[in-house]
Amino acid sequence: MTASAVLPSRPVPSASLGRGVSDRLRKKASRHVKERIIEALLFSAAAFSVFVTVAIVYVLVKESWVFFETVPLSDFLFDTQWTPLFDDAHYGIMVLLSGTLTSSGVALLVAIPLGTVIAIYLSEFAGFKVREIAKPFLELLGGVPTIVYGYFALTFLTPLLQKIYPDLPGFNLLSAGLVMGIMIIPYVASLSEDAMRAVPMALREGSYAMGATRLQTALWVVTPAAISGIASAYILGISRAVGETMILAVAAGMQPNLTFNPTEPGATITSYIVQVALGDLPHGSIGYQTIFAAGLTLLLMTLAFNLLGYWLKKRFREVY
Amino acid sequence: MVNAADPNAIRAVRAIIARAKRWDLFFALLGILSLMVGVLTFSVLFLDMAIQGVPRLDLEFFTSFPSRRAANAGILSAWVGTVLVMLVTALAAVPLGVAAGVYLEEYAPKNWITDIIEINISNLAGIPSIVYGLLALGLFVYYFGFGQSILSAGLTLALLILPVIIVATREAIRAIPQSIHEGSYACGATTWQTVRDHILPYSSAGILTGVIIGMARAIGETAPIITIGALTFIAFLPTAPFSGEPPAGLFDWIFAPFTVMPIQMFNWTSRPEAAFTVNAAAAGFVLVFMTLAMNGLAIYVRYRLRKNIKW
Repeated sequence: MTASAVLPSRPVPSASLGRGVSDRLRKKASRHVKERIIEALLFSAAAFSVFVTVAIVYVLVKESWVFFETVPLSDFLFDTQWTPLFDDAHYGIMVLLSGTLTSSGVALLVAIPLGTVIAIYLSEFAGFKVREIAKPFLELLGGVPTIVYGYFALTFLTPLLQKIYPDLPGFNLLSAGLVMGIMIIPYVASLSEDAMRAVPMALREGSYAMGATRLQTALWVVTPAAISGIASAYILGISRAVGETMILAVAAGMQPNLTFNPTEPGATITSYIVQVALGDLPHGSIGYQTIFAAGLTLLLMTLAFNLLGYWLKKRFREVY
Repeated sequence: MVNAADPNAIRAVRAIIARAKRWDLFFALLGILSLMVGVLTFSVLFLDMAIQGVPRLDLEFFTSFPSRRAANAGILSAWVGTVLVMLVTALAAVPLGVAAGVYLEEYAPKNWITDIIEINISNLAGIPSIVYGLLALGLFVYYFGFGQSILSAGLTLALLILPVIIVATREAIRAIPQSIHEGSYACGATTWQTVRDHILPYSSAGILTGVIIGMARAIGETAPIITIGALTFIAFLPTAPFSGEPPAGLFDWIFAPFTVMPIQMFNWTSRPEAAFTVNAAAAGFVLVFMTLAMNGLAIYVRYRLRKNIKW
């Protein structure tokens, strides 16, 4: 550091750094290069996630493209039969879609009311202790592998339902949907609760000061204030239900069936993909490509729900 | 105006209060009841599986290959496969996820590229797992030619849990006070030195929680692995990791065909014979036990973390 010792108050002009640099400053320069390399590496790790999305879209679109060259889009959308592996092949996605919508509908009828009530209870009624126990428990419930839920639906719930309703077939969308609903409760409850807890205490205090009870405050003050978060929790629940695979593959049977009656067996988009993957389809055959077309439909559906959730969150967000 | 002295008015007000309190109580009960639906379902599920499956759990069940005869069948190839696949998943997902999380918290400038990456990650978290299976089928199995191997499955699950690890890393880093950064920079540390010596050590418990939760999810994932075409009847073990002839033989194991616990369970569940259902219950019990243990560990780590660290 001779330069700075001789001229302590004058800044070193940057152009002169090249020649008379001290050892310590030179080390700094190499340090700078190393920093840059590390930053570049970390950036590529973050950018990798974009690559994954691009790869998903690329693979699905590429294989679906070949599929739609043989099967016109109108057949895909409006045909009422789904028999891609038969000689008389039909490719009506509506058949699979009906199974997906029916089972998701049943699941949401369970998950949304129960999830909302649990969220309101945990956020507005329950004491600290209850919440500390209930939240991790809900997480555990959400962490059970879906194949186990499928087993439960098939071997426990279906026989139980058959006692009440003897005509129920062994495979049906109803018990799969009900169990799926239980599986989704934690997602809905936990996200809704987070949204409610984010509502400032002053709003509640104002409401209590006006003489409102806990329930009135919860329903008429906290819930409206948290509505954007609650709505996006519902949307997440819907997209979980639509994308759920193993419960349906195990408990709903895998026969394509154009129906909105939950007491019938049916195939969904996801369980069809599993069914085909279990068989031995040659790479590049039309059956192989159908699963990519089905997957693309699924991806577009979940993407639409995700965008809707994103929009709802922005549109109805209350900022405090 | 209510006349305060009028006993009828007072009675009317008290009636209103009593009614409102009854509704409060009613709703609180409804909330507990709803929670109980979850608790009850889980207990029944767990007990039902335990009653059916636990008698089947002996040493032989863990050391036998699957068999055409239900009584002789075991889960040896399944649990070995699960362990190996998880090894690949962890090796791929943890460095990548942590690096991405660190970049987004410590390095990323505020611009549209960062925005795209962030939106993209939250979007990836919402994509159904079976779609990752299709990606893996097209990309890993056929395009890269990894085949239906441990490598393909491990990488697929790694992609699936990547958002979980990234989000956990970011949350853990965000919990570190700004003063730690400032102190480090004030001493002349570079960004990387700050990250290596301060940010990563202090956030490691939080990151670990996320990693465990991600791995617990990966262990139970069935759909993407079925989609890449994993076989369900595997009556042999892959070569032990790093045991082959070096250098090429060291990695023989990652290209081996395999099966995993959830697939073995699916296979047994979809058979009509009752004896196989018992096997499925036993395998399911082991599987739930593993995921519960991992989730419990994550909750414990987080609890310890909250208790011990006071900034």
